[in-house]
Amino acid sequence: MTKLKVNSKQYDIDADPNTPLLWVLRDDLGLTGTKFGCGVAQCGACTVHVDGEAKRSCVTPVKAAIGKEVTTIEGLSADLTHPLQKAWITEEVPQCGYCQSGQIMSAAILLRENKKPTDKDIDEAMSGIICRCGTYNRIRSAIKLAAINGGK
Amino acid sequence: MTEKQELDRRSFLKASIVAGGALLLGFNLPTKSRAEERFNSAADLQQNGFQPNSFLRIAKDGKVTVVVGQAEMGQGVLTSLPMIVAEELEVDWKNVGFESGPADKAFINPMLGSQITGGSSSVKAFFEPLRKSAATVREMLISAAANTWNVAPETCIAESGKVVHTTSKRSIAYGDLLEKAATLTPNANPKLKDPKNFKIIGKNMPRLDTPSKVNGTGIFGIDVRVEGMLTATILRSPVFEGKVKSFDDAAAKMVKGVRAVVPLGYGVGVVADNYWAAKKGRDALKVEWDGGKFANVSSESIYQTYAAAANNEKGLSAKKVGDVNAVKSSAAKTVEAVYFAPYLSHATMEPMNFTADVRADGCELWGGIQGQLIIQKVVAQTLSLAPEKVKVNTTLLGGGFGRRIGLDYVLDAVLLSKTIGKPVKVVWTREDDMQHDFYRPATYNKMSAGIDGSGKPVFWEHRVVNPSIMAPIAPVIFGFALPETQVDDSSVEGASTLPYDFPNLQVDWIRKDTGIPVGFWRSVGSSHTAFSTECFLDEVAFAAKKDPYEFRRSLLEKHPRHKGALELAATKAGWGKPLAKGVFQGIAVHESFGSYVAQVAEVSVGADGNVKVHRVVCAVDCGQVVNPDTVVAQMEGGIIFGLTAALYGEITIKDGRVQQRNFYDYKMLRMNETPRIEVYIVPSTEKHGGVGEPGTPPIAPAVVNAIFAATGKRIRSLPIRAEELKKA
Repeated sequence: MTKLKVNSKQYDIDADPNTPLLWVLRDDLGLTGTKFGCGVAQCGACTVHVDGEAKRSCVTPVKAAIGKEVTTIEGLSADLTHPLQKAWITEEVPQCGYCQSGQIMSAAILLRENKKPTDKDIDEAMSGIICRCGTYNRIRSAIKLAAINGGK
Repeated sequence: MTEKQELDRRSFLKASIVAGGALLLGFNLPTKSRAEERFNSAADLQQNGFQPNSFLRIAKDGKVTVVVGQAEMGQGVLTSLPMIVAEELEVDWKNVGFESGPADKAFINPMLGSQITGGSSSVKAFFEPLRKSAATVREMLISAAANTWNVAPETCIAESGKVVHTTSKRSIAYGDLLEKAATLTPNANPKLKDPKNFKIIGKNMPRLDTPSKVNGTGIFGIDVRVEGMLTATILRSPVFEGKVKSFDDAAAKMVKGVRAVVPLGYGVGVVADNYWAAKKGRDALKVEWDGGKFANVSSESIYQTYAAAANNEKGLSAKKVGDVNAVKSSAAKTVEAVYFAPYLSHATMEPMNFTADVRADGCELWGGIQGQLIIQKVVAQTLSLAPEKVKVNTTLLGGGFGRRIGLDYVLDAVLLSKTIGKPVKVVWTREDDMQHDFYRPATYNKMSAGIDGSGKPVFWEHRVVNPSIMAPIAPVIFGFALPETQVDDSSVEGASTLPYDFPNLQVDWIRKDTGIPVGFWRSVGSSHTAFSTECFLDEVAFAAKKDPYEFRRSLLEKHPRHKGALELAATKAGWGKPLAKGVFQGIAVHESFGSYVAQVAEVSVGADGNVKVHRVVCAVDCGQVVNPDTVVAQMEGGIIFGLTAALYGEITIKDGRVQQRNFYDYKMLRMNETPRIEVYIVPSTEKHGGVGEPGTPPIAPAVVNAIFAATGKRIRSLPIRAEELKKA
């Protein structure tokens, strides 16, 4: 039994330390907002924060998150009040929605580091996350809107 | 929704108070199915009828729940169908919610003859039925209020979820009228609103599913959790239709958390406490395969088969105007070309997955699916159960694009749950998903066209070689076989419907089934016919020394909607006006699913041959519009989908197996490659066209035609390859 802290809550987990964090979050903790897309860090659907850094949870062994703060989409804000969530709603970003947890978690790090990202900054920060529905231009608009509205 | 099953489905209209004090209304309207029109379907379809249905529920607190039988895969159907209901019912949007409906004949899509989400048909199919349904309820509520006040119904109006007596200004909320309304006889022919009074239809309404997609609460198939559930992965035969010869599961069974190893013939399933254990167990399996009859198939062998067929076989006539052969020799100039489009994978972001709980007395299913009734029927047959014993729950779909009409991943879960005796969620890896798809068929096109001395069209000949998508699917979906002598529209649509005015035109289809599983891929036949026809037309325009836009316009007099979309796109894009240095335009227009879409692509080609798409201007005429922002979003998404295929998409086959595995070798367009996209909707009162698919077909030809403008090189085989465009 090991302790894993996710979204400010301590969980007891019994997983093999090499299990990808993604599957501990989804299968053991029931936090299914973080998605499985490729399993090889190619699509970014599984992006979470580990000690404030964006991590591909599908290739991050859970042992690398022990003793650290893990934040998932469920921990960003439960009540849709995060500036990125509000901007995502205003811009009507999601279509199927499957990749959007990863998009939002990646954008959150971008906005924390860069209060006024340029198109190039957004390209650099966001091109690792695939959206098969092609919502990229709306993601770009939503990030800019969230930046204006004090995204963090 | 067991209440609904108690409704008499044969009745035309029936209202009743159901548990919870809600008014539930079902309706049936017989319609001729698209399947019937296409294939003269089997008699049993006619006997059973094709009956569109939907349901709405009004709660005592005035909240309206629209039960949507169509599947949400990103196209916005959980919003657009409720908008139609809210409009006629006269309720405020904030009081409208949705619920995904079960598998039920009540939700049969009248255009497709089954409960299918596909063919960009949801709004087209359900617009009138839903309006009528809601208007009927509105009239019942008005009558209930009028009876209460003892006034004439004509003196009452419905607005914002209540009935108002216009002279006395008295009002009663819908929630307080339910019991009385339910005693009234529904009017089968209610008065529909004048579209000029629409408050919701035609306006941008916030999507009802968006909040759940930005906080992680939306439940996709892969997120389903059932008490006592185990998770499985399946090692499938790498060769299509290959079989397990023998397997050694000793090491797999040693993996902590693995509960069972189940041979399935087509593969070996590993069932475990969680996904990771199942995956590790699967990785530890040793399996010997029998490759079967397709073990020697390759992309090259398929190409050779196609090419030989195009040259040597007559095929079936898909369209014939005039007499091409009689006029061929009279053309002053003849253009000939071969166009080839490759196999493509759907690559939905959510890999295939499904959950089944098979018990002795019934079965419950959960997942993202595009054909609930088909699944209910096939699973019932598989388990020897009555269909009503199979309960189907539709989750959100993490992308569909036609892939989730398939039954393979559903049966995986059903067979494993049956064997294990517990609920099982099967999860495919990305590699499984990419290598075991129903692919957009590779298509070979032999094309020739003739013009006279002044550049006017003389003939157009197009020979399409590809497999039938419908043939393997029709027996399951529609209950009948596609005869060998019948053209499969889904193989040639877009080619057989060429809008340009060629006095002699011949489109033939040569069917070549190859063993590679094929299926519906966003925009289906048009996904390749727009490429072949719109690029080849550009070649004809060039031969005629005409501007590609003006040449198209001159041949579209009989097709004003094509022409209108084309002109709007060209105008908005500033066709022919100076562009930044090195940037060139290409244009294409294509109709699919009843919508007319024109696109202008602005492209530059680097010295290394790499193509950069800077801007895409899109004009769409999809008739009347329900949610304009959804139309825009679907065009944007359709363009990215088509551009991804044009620039990167290629599934290749070697030794009967797919060579691509994951996103590193089947690439997706990313943020930094995304062009600016402008979408313009042609104002229209025409009947609805689809929007989920029609944005995809024109982008490949628009880009390829722009590449020709930039480089003088014709790309006739997709994807676009930098090495073909590299400066020597």
